[in-house]
Amino acid sequence: MSIQTMANNTFGTRLSSILKKNVPFLILIFLVILFSFIAPNFMTFGNLRTLIRQISFAGISAVGLMFVMISGGIDLSIGSQIVFGNVLLAIMMIDWKLQPEVAIPLILLVGTGLGAINGFLCIKLNIHPLIITLGTSAIFKGMGYIINQSRNIMGFPDSFRWFGQGFVWGIPVPVIVLILVALIGAFILTRTYFGRQIFALGGNEEAARLAGVDIKKMKVLLFMICGFVSSITTVLLLSRVFAGQTITGQGIEFDCLTAALLGGVSFKGGEGSVFGLMVGMLIIGVLNNAMQLATFPDFSQTVVKGSVLLIAVAFDVYQKNRKAKETVARVATSA
Amino acid sequence: MEAKVVLSLENITKRYPGVLALNNVSISFQEGEVHALLGENGAGKSTLIKAVAGAIDIDSGIIEINGHEYSRMTPALSRSLGVEVIYQEFNLVPTLSCAENIYLCERSENSVLFSAREIEKKAVKVLDQFGVKIDPRSMVQDLSIAEQQIIEIAKAVSKNVKILIMDEPSAPLSVSEVELMFKIINQLKQKGVTIIYISHRLEEVFRISDRVSVMRDGRYVTTKNTKETNRQELITLMVGRELKESYPQRKKTPGEVALEVRNITGNGDRNISFSVRKGEILGISGLVGAGRTELAQLLFGAAPMESGEILINGNPVRIHSPLDAIQHKIGLLTEDRKGQGLFLEMAVKWNISFPIIRRISKYGVVNTKKEDEIAQKYKERINIKTPSLLQQVINLSGGNQQKVVLAKSLAAESDILIFDEPTRGIDVGAKQEIYHLMSELADNGIAILMISSDMEELLGMSDRIIVLCEGELAGEVQKENFNQHYILDLASGIH
Repeated sequence: MSIQTMANNTFGTRLSSILKKNVPFLILIFLVILFSFIAPNFMTFGNLRTLIRQISFAGISAVGLMFVMISGGIDLSIGSQIVFGNVLLAIMMIDWKLQPEVAIPLILLVGTGLGAINGFLCIKLNIHPLIITLGTSAIFKGMGYIINQSRNIMGFPDSFRWFGQGFVWGIPVPVIVLILVALIGAFILTRTYFGRQIFALGGNEEAARLAGVDIKKMKVLLFMICGFVSSITTVLLLSRVFAGQTITGQGIEFDCLTAALLGGVSFKGGEGSVFGLMVGMLIIGVLNNAMQLATFPDFSQTVVKGSVLLIAVAFDVYQKNRKAKETVARVATSA
Repeated sequence: MEAKVVLSLENITKRYPGVLALNNVSISFQEGEVHALLGENGAGKSTLIKAVAGAIDIDSGIIEINGHEYSRMTPALSRSLGVEVIYQEFNLVPTLSCAENIYLCERSENSVLFSAREIEKKAVKVLDQFGVKIDPRSMVQDLSIAEQQIIEIAKAVSKNVKILIMDEPSAPLSVSEVELMFKIINQLKQKGVTIIYISHRLEEVFRISDRVSVMRDGRYVTTKNTKETNRQELITLMVGRELKESYPQRKKTPGEVALEVRNITGNGDRNISFSVRKGEILGISGLVGAGRTELAQLLFGAAPMESGEILINGNPVRIHSPLDAIQHKIGLLTEDRKGQGLFLEMAVKWNISFPIIRRISKYGVVNTKKEDEIAQKYKERINIKTPSLLQQVINLSGGNQQKVVLAKSLAAESDILIFDEPTRGIDVGAKQEIYHLMSELADNGIAILMISSDMEELLGMSDRIIVLCEGELAGEVQKENFNQHYILDLASGIH
């Protein structure tokens, strides 16, 4: 291997290094080509628009999740936050007779609050967020069931329909929201000092603390951001379904997490990009969509989804190991 | 006197992408000798011991152990031949007890059941022969670095070790602990164990070794009888050019008091008072566990202070967090640069600019142009060797990583710098550069506190030394009274 890798500016090796860095993107292109041959109705404008709209809900929440993940944390309660928020928003508009323009800001506030609860528990109990949010997930979901009282809450004003079902220049509103959230997320992560501090926190928490970062405040803030972003999804989903029920949003964190891992957001923190995340989200969207077109049974779809999550994790670990090996080789020669 | 050769390396070559790490290296090691291996970072010492331990596959060459020739070595084979390596990074399970670590994976002869009492008894025996008091039941994570080191040695000794390879074993140890380690090494030598001793500290090489081999740029240079060589010759052989290990003379005398500490207590330290002037290097001496690093953490706000006062330029200040310390222009270069000082997977420039990232941002957006300028400026000023500022810090050598840590504190324009073991594990050339930088900083009016376990460096660099012992101030020594034995006595609580 030695002589070939030494001459690392030949065309072939440069191409292979570019390809290695963009494996998820290649997988996406491969899947799109594959399905456009297998399923004749895949490559239609209508279907693709549906596909993009389908992923936009989880995609928005995934941006929030990515903020937490880059800092080294995780939030498994996203779906349950949406369950609770969804029912509460419906109750606000129907039972409390609040107008959408009052209810929506309130629910965004509530969502941020749920995130703050996660954050505070994490820093006060000092337990891994995986466990904390597993616990709060059950609590939020349970609260959603309690206040819902097994009803199907309906009868929202027509003006509320726009968020989940409307179009702007032919583009579904949730897709536009996703694009906005993704752009703002990418800007914060790559251009602001706050973004830099998020990466630092995930890269080396102790070094970040000693460099003057208030890591406790940061952690709470990141969970609040995640909660806030997910409550945007709450609003869009309720408007889309147009009925307040506890089923909406359940398990959405599964897609978010898979997309993040597929897209190169590290489980250990310190790494990730919005571009990668969106590629990961599209892979999931294409798979889901293709399975629906092929009328796969629901249970088989679940098996496929689980497999994809594990493959994504394996890929994350594989890349880590490869990098570690390269580093070992380099350090062994220089130390 | 013809001694028996136990390990002989013949024409070992190992190639990594882009680098010839070992180039036709041949060295032989005799039974019962302490054989020092010297060389700058990148000379190939670590790769060589990995080859012997079977941690890497060699491309060509022969490893001969006890008369048997091997062209491929595996970790299991190496172990079974009695080779044990103590790496710089310990191979200990932090959540198991000392006894369990020493006898990890070992089965009892009499019973299929694991007997904690039995291995504890055995562990006490091993530790007793070293003359140290460590409770075999205490968890490894609760031990100091020096104590962990001793557990590592005990682990190797508990097996039937014939060739013991030690990679920078003295780096984390204080003077008295190094003495203890030398005692252990001599005991092993008497038993006929061959010890391959890798160290950057030349005075140790002269103290302990019988022969010394020098490597440079992946090549074997020569082997000398330690008695027949001197430090100047060894340094020349190592760097391939004349290089004097000396401590720079300072041009200016210290100015006003920059930092004064009155009776501070907390983090295990009690009632410590001292002051340091602008342009002065104050050495902080003490044994491992004397509370030196703990003192640095207190001053930097990284650990809570229970009582006492800190004055900067004569004004009392409150330091509750590292951010407070940074705002008061205090910089800390931690002992554990990988664990606490650096973001290893981030670019060099991100590391340098991180402490001031807020200051170079407008409306929260980082001014990347300014960031590049600052990173470039300090890269040049302290000569960080990196192909690009975008390079990940993990890919730099130890000396250059330490310079990145220093650049961070300089970029923050600190007036008071705390160096905790500034030259641990870095090679001779890089050490010199660090010394010159520290001296230059002092001449520019920066107050420097230097914690070090390297007595030579402490005596050479400091203007004044304070000595800690068991969390308390044991004494203060002026430059004209510098004396290694006196300082050691203070550190051991004799005076």
